[in-house]
Amino acid sequence: MSTQSGAARGTSTGTRMTIAKALNAGMRAAMERDPKVVLMGEDVGKLGGVFRITEGLQKDFGEDRVIDTPLAESGIVGSAIGLALRGYRPVVEIQFDGFVYPAFDNIVSQVAKMHNRSLGALKVPMVIRIPYGGGIGAVEHHSESNESYFAHTAGLRVVTCSSTEDAYWMMQQAIASDDPVIFYEPKRRYHERGVLDLGEHGGQGVDLDDAPNQLDEAVVRVEGSDVTVLTYGPMVKVAHAAAQAAELEDGPSIEVVDLRSLSPLDTELIEESVRKTGRCIALSEAQTFSSITSELAAHVQEHCFYHLEAPVLRVGGYNIPYPPSRHEEVFLPDLDRVLHAVETLLAY
Amino acid sequence: MSDDEVAPSSTAPVTQDHQPPERDITDGGPDMVQFLAADGTRVELTATNEPYAAYLEDVDQAAMKDMLRDLIMVRRVDAEGFALQRQGELGLWPSLLGQEAAQVGAGRAMRPQDYAFPGYREHGVAWCKGVPPENLLGMFRGVNHGGWDSNENNFHLYTIVIGNQMLHAVGYAMGAARDGDVGTGDPDRDTAVMAFTGDGGTAQGDFNESLVFASVTNAPVVFYVQNNHWAISEPNDRQFTIPPYRRADGFGFPGIRVDGNDVLASYAVTRHALERARSGQGPTLIEAFTYRMGAHTTSDDPTKYRISAEVDAWKAKDPIDRMTAYLTSEGVIDDAWVEQTEGEADQLAARIRKACQTMPDPPHEEMFAHVYAEPHTLIERESALFADYQAGFED
Repeated sequence: MSTQSGAARGTSTGTRMTIAKALNAGMRAAMERDPKVVLMGEDVGKLGGVFRITEGLQKDFGEDRVIDTPLAESGIVGSAIGLALRGYRPVVEIQFDGFVYPAFDNIVSQVAKMHNRSLGALKVPMVIRIPYGGGIGAVEHHSESNESYFAHTAGLRVVTCSSTEDAYWMMQQAIASDDPVIFYEPKRRYHERGVLDLGEHGGQGVDLDDAPNQLDEAVVRVEGSDVTVLTYGPMVKVAHAAAQAAELEDGPSIEVVDLRSLSPLDTELIEESVRKTGRCIALSEAQTFSSITSELAAHVQEHCFYHLEAPVLRVGGYNIPYPPSRHEEVFLPDLDRVLHAVETLLAY
Repeated sequence: MSDDEVAPSSTAPVTQDHQPPERDITDGGPDMVQFLAADGTRVELTATNEPYAAYLEDVDQAAMKDMLRDLIMVRRVDAEGFALQRQGELGLWPSLLGQEAAQVGAGRAMRPQDYAFPGYREHGVAWCKGVPPENLLGMFRGVNHGGWDSNENNFHLYTIVIGNQMLHAVGYAMGAARDGDVGTGDPDRDTAVMAFTGDGGTAQGDFNESLVFASVTNAPVVFYVQNNHWAISEPNDRQFTIPPYRRADGFGFPGIRVDGNDVLASYAVTRHALERARSGQGPTLIEAFTYRMGAHTTSDDPTKYRISAEVDAWKAKDPIDRMTAYLTSEGVIDDAWVEQTEGEADQLAARIRKACQTMPDPPHEEMFAHVYAEPHTLIERESALFADYQAGFED
């Protein structure tokens, strides 16, 4: 079983940086490594993106490699497909989660299916970056967690980072992948800091083999013995806090699994953890109906049935449209809702 | 167009709130570039067609004969596809009947390095790009989703979702420009991309976004709209009130209407647009004014929505009759040549028929083989489960 690595190995050579900066550094490293990597999106050039994730890259790599596109998401993804067919590796920014739908057709009908349709002759090695999730007090369409739409679609990989280290490495791994990758960035965690340890070389000459984990591996963030919390992206921090709170009160021992990859799921690690603890909570910001957490619940009951002490519980957004931000404090799962679910499980 | 063709009077239903303008849909209007009239006579040079005449100067009689041969072969391929569907060998066939000249003219204007992004009716372009016609059949037989290697002939797989391919073409063209394969002056290097769609496709958001992207990036792309006048059952006036070629002006590049039933005009205009693109002057939109003589596909029944007089009027503008009449009058071909060429076409059809009938069903495990380029644990697990389950039936 993978355990904490990288940041937790923490050496004095590590650098503290935000997830936003780590994503930027990951893209920079990928662009330095491969001249075919191009960034595309609305406002990604001079402005550096509305979240500044691509800041400084157009200045350093030029307008041919960091392309400010017209304001048309289907056009961005559709033209990126053409660039990919020509041998480029486009990294596309969708400005906000709720703006991806105009591109949905091209993502689902073309990006996802091109390799399969061509019996492997054509590859679309594209990364579609989507800042996702709520908790930032935004207006409508700026707080969604729509990852299950894409995880449902065969042909796409769907990943999400929760830490500085993962932001840096996973971005590069996603760009290097010959498959299309939907890369979900936890926007409310953009400015949280973590340690990026690039070893004694300080980042010079590092290659992807140095990455602490593969792109499709889950990681145990907190080891525990009573309940497994399967989660990802912005909720990893919430699960972590729940585990710490329980520990401080000598409560149940919570194991936190950061899925990192939503398609494929690291089912080996998931099953191993649940078989050990016998209890499972699937935690996400997304509405629970027909979701990643639904899939986790189904998978765990199908494969860990005899090890379960209680049903799998899902903790997520209520099954309503993302509410006006004055509600989001109660809409989004928090530490208390996680602990409540833990108590429910232990009461069986 | 010539005056001797009588257009059918409009039978469009007139309702109080929607009254389409009286129109003659066989008349391409004064802006339409034409070199061969419907009766096969050469059209005099005018301000409309004169700018493109130079692109025919090096088209000698042998080349024209080759174009007619292409038209005949492509029509025969199409007829065979239709017959194979009717006999249950194919699930579906989208016929190009009537659009042969629009496609052969465009296809022959392309150079080998030029890349085509077709819809799903571009059998004539496929022919010109060297894709074996039998390879088109697999997807309609249900053995694959596209049975040719796009990069072998620079002819992308058919795209069934109307309009998506227009954007792919623009992106590919942006890539060609980034690769430095535009404006070098080297005729074997400079590259353009052609994006094919129809009148219905012009309504799609992707079509309009592709024009925007091409315009602002000055992409070396030619948009080729075959206006065959019917998007399944919907006529032009359900898709636009301004004809497609005029839309280009609003996007900042030239739009040209060409007689899509005139192979010489289609060739000349496309060649002009491709040369513009290759030399770095940016995109062009061509509207090839033509007609879908058959049904939308073999699943369609056009008698429910259009009148036979309209079809008859277009039959008088047939692209093959026109070119045959022209080359016969010029003494380039005779009846014996036509007969011999049709014999070759029959041989090709027999080859296609045999290839179709002997096309093996794919092994079922192939369903799982190409979903991802790199290992994906869910697919691996399901593939193994499927193999185990199937193996259970072997005894």
